[in-house]
This record gives sequence, C-alpha cells and structure tokens, in this order.
Amino acid sequence: MPKKQDRIDQQLQDLNHDGVDRRGFLKCMAWACTGLVWTMSGGIPVSQAFAKKSDKDASNGADFSFVQISDSHIGFSKPANTDVTATLQTAIDKINAMSQRPDFIIHTGDLSQLSKPSEFDTLDQVLKGASAKEIYFVPGEHDLLSDNGEQYLQRYGKGTKGTGWSSFDHKGVHFVGLVNVANLKAGGMGSLGHEQLEWLEDDLKGRSASTPIVLYAHIPLWTIYPDWGWGTDDSEQALSYVKRFGSVTVLNGHIHQIMQKVEGKVSFHTAMSTAFPQPAPGTAPSAGPMKVPAEQLQQVLGITDVNYVVSGRSLAIVDSPLGASGSSAAGNSGGGR
Amino acid sequence: MKRKNVWVAALTAPVMIAMLLLLAGSPSVRADDQSSAAIAEVKIDNFSFGPQTITVPVGTTVIWTNRDDIPHTSVSTEDIFKSKVLDTDEKFSYTFTKAGTYPYYCTIHPKMTGKVVVQ
Repeated sequence: MPKKQDRIDQQLQDLNHDGVDRRGFLKCMAWACTGLVWTMSGGIPVSQAFAKKSDKDASNGADFSFVQISDSHIGFSKPANTDVTATLQTAIDKINAMSQRPDFIIHTGDLSQLSKPSEFDTLDQVLKGASAKEIYFVPGEHDLLSDNGEQYLQRYGKGTKGTGWSSFDHKGVHFVGLVNVANLKAGGMGSLGHEQLEWLEDDLKGRSASTPIVLYAHIPLWTIYPDWGWGTDDSEQALSYVKRFGSVTVLNGHIHQIMQKVEGKVSFHTAMSTAFPQPAPGTAPSAGPMKVPAEQLQQVLGITDVNYVVSGRSLAIVDSPLGASGSSAAGNSGGGR
Repeated sequence: MKRKNVWVAALTAPVMIAMLLLLAGSPSVRADDQSSAAIAEVKIDNFSFGPQTITVPVGTTVIWTNRDDIPHTSVSTEDIFKSKVLDTDEKFSYTFTKAGTYPYYCTIHPKMTGKVVVQ
C-alpha cells in the first residue's frame, strides 16, 4: 500500500520536524493479513513484524495487552449485517484465540441498537465466553435510548459517575472512560459536559506526567467530520488536561472504521465495529450502515489489540479484521495490500 | 327574507374561495375527507428530516415516518413534543394547535434538525 506508506512517512517527517520524537513517534510497521501494527515508542524505533500466527511476537515483551471492541449494535438486523450477534461472537473467538490473553476488554459503546433489555442480555451472553473476564464499558448514543440511560447504568455503570464516566489504573497506566453521548444539543456533535470535565480535571490532578494515559469514549474526541457529527464539541478542554502527559492514547468508536491521528504526544485511534461498516466521510449521503459484498464483511469488521511495553513506554495498537484475507505481508515495513 | 338569503349567498362564495386558496397554497397539507383535520408528513431518511422546514396551518397533525435503517427521534427543543425512539417504518405524530415556530432535532443524532412553522 504505497500511498498509505507515503502518508505515514510524511507524518513521521512532520513529527521529526516538530521535535516531538523525544516523546514518541508513530510508525506503521506492517499491514499483515490480520493486522495493522502501529507502534508508538519513546524515541526508540521498535520494529515489529506482525503475522497471523505470531501475535505473540507483536506483544513480545509487552507488560500487558488489552483489546478494544466497539459498536456491536446487538439488535440491528438489516442488509448491512443480518446477524450482528454472530459477528460479535467471531470477534470474541478471535480474542480467545490470542496466544497472550488480554488483561481486559474495553467496549467503546453502542453495545445495543435500541437499548432493549433483550439486546443487552444477548450481549452479556456472548461476552461471558470471552477469555478476558474484566470488561469496561462506555455507552454509545444507542445505549441511552430508554429511561435516560437507566437501563445501561444499571447493567454497566457500577463504579461510574454521572452518565457513566470513570477511571482506573492498571499496571502503571491510567485509564479514563468518558461519556460524550448524553444530553446532546440540537445541531451539535458529541458532548462531555461541564460536570464531567470538572471531574476529569480533578481526576488527572497530581498525577506524574510520565504516567501513560488512555482516554476512551464513544464518539471521537477529535473532529473528523462535523457534518456527520463525528467529533466532540467540548473535547478541546478535555485534551488540554492531558497535554502535560508524556504519552496519551485516545480510543474511540462510533464511526465504524479506522482513523488515526497523532498530535504531539497524543495519539488518536478509532476502531472498526463488530457489526457493520460505515462510509468514509463525505462518500455517501449519510453515515448510515454500509452494505458490502457478503464475502467482504469480515474484512471491514474488527477488533483492536493494544500492547503496552513498560520499558519503552510504548503502546502497540493492532487492528485486526475479523476474517483473514489469506495474503501475507509479514515482515515488511510499509508492505501491504 | 330574500335579502338575508342573498347576503348569505354573497358571503359564502368568497369564504369558499378563500378556503380553496388556503388549501391550494399549502401543497404538503391535505384535508381529510371525513373531517377538516389537516395532515402533513415528514420523512426521516439518510440522517435528515424531509422537508427540513415545513409550514402548516394551525390544527395540522404532522406525522414523522422513519424510512432510515437507523433509529431516530423527533424532539422539540422547547420540550413541546417528544417522540419515542422510532425504528425503521415507525411513526410519530403531533397536532399543532398554536401558531408559532417549533424547532426540533433527533436526540440520538443531534446534527439532524428540523422546523415546523405553524401559521
């Protein structure tokens, strides 16, 4: 994929000129049939080939890994995917097949299609079979459709505040789950709200700047495409609170496709859905479910595996489609399809 | 007696003409044959309300129908009306009994906005 590599090389060059690579630079290592490997390293190049059988190599030396899944939309049944429960199951099977069990799973929202109890029940049933027993959630706009989100909070809001935000520490990394899908204003995009922003500022206060931070929320915390509501109106303020930290990773969902951006020490990443893809910005009349030929569906749905290496303070983010294409480009930096 | 009848006849014609003009001037409104209730329709599709702005006479019932393959809502920004979540093919209706401008939006996808102007 020469075009993609050119773009990444350009990004690297930009980063070098910014002088920010003392903190980290992002390099696309390889596009393998099962994954796109991004490694952010503290100034030290980390070259990792990634192939289907060796996801262990990708996480070699990693202190821990976790998986992000998103937009399962249990309850959705339209031409774009008439069995979203099955594709979620495939995602869980894929997680369970990993040679290194992830420490936990993060679901970045739109668990359900219509916030129905039966939909949440089905989701819980599938997730019960995951190898990782610890699962963290943030809601998507589809999860707050009944009783102002009471159903969601009852099931997944334990230990959270307000509309479902929370933070936790894991092996030296600080994770913050944010909710930007509640109390949305007419004409606006995602919104965090004053109360949550105050909480966030307080939550981060006093933490050492060398603490790696991972923020996760449903709607992207950077503006990708305002016309389709792909952004968060008050994310600037939230991002200002993490500015001083040496390593910040932002994980989002909502747009059902992978988008990445690096801005200084902050790396943004959106995940594929396990249910259905959506069109790239502006390429369709709306952001709705996109139908692809049946044999391609498994390629446009996926999970995200994040590997954290303490020594190099690096986070390797690996996106894996649900289905293997059969072709291999392992070992080539910049190789691809 | 005869004069009174003449007066009534003279008044009726212009009133009839005025009513016909009113109905003709609002193409999105149709009068129900059984009653004088007017109905207007808004189609929800591709993450938008169509027409985005609709102008109707007082007493009109607006019916929103979701033709999208994603659920939407139709909620007044002034808390005047609020639909439940509308899945594909589901409808919501509200009768506007007072003149005014009623902006509304989809609470799930807030970039979707619309307006009902009642005259």
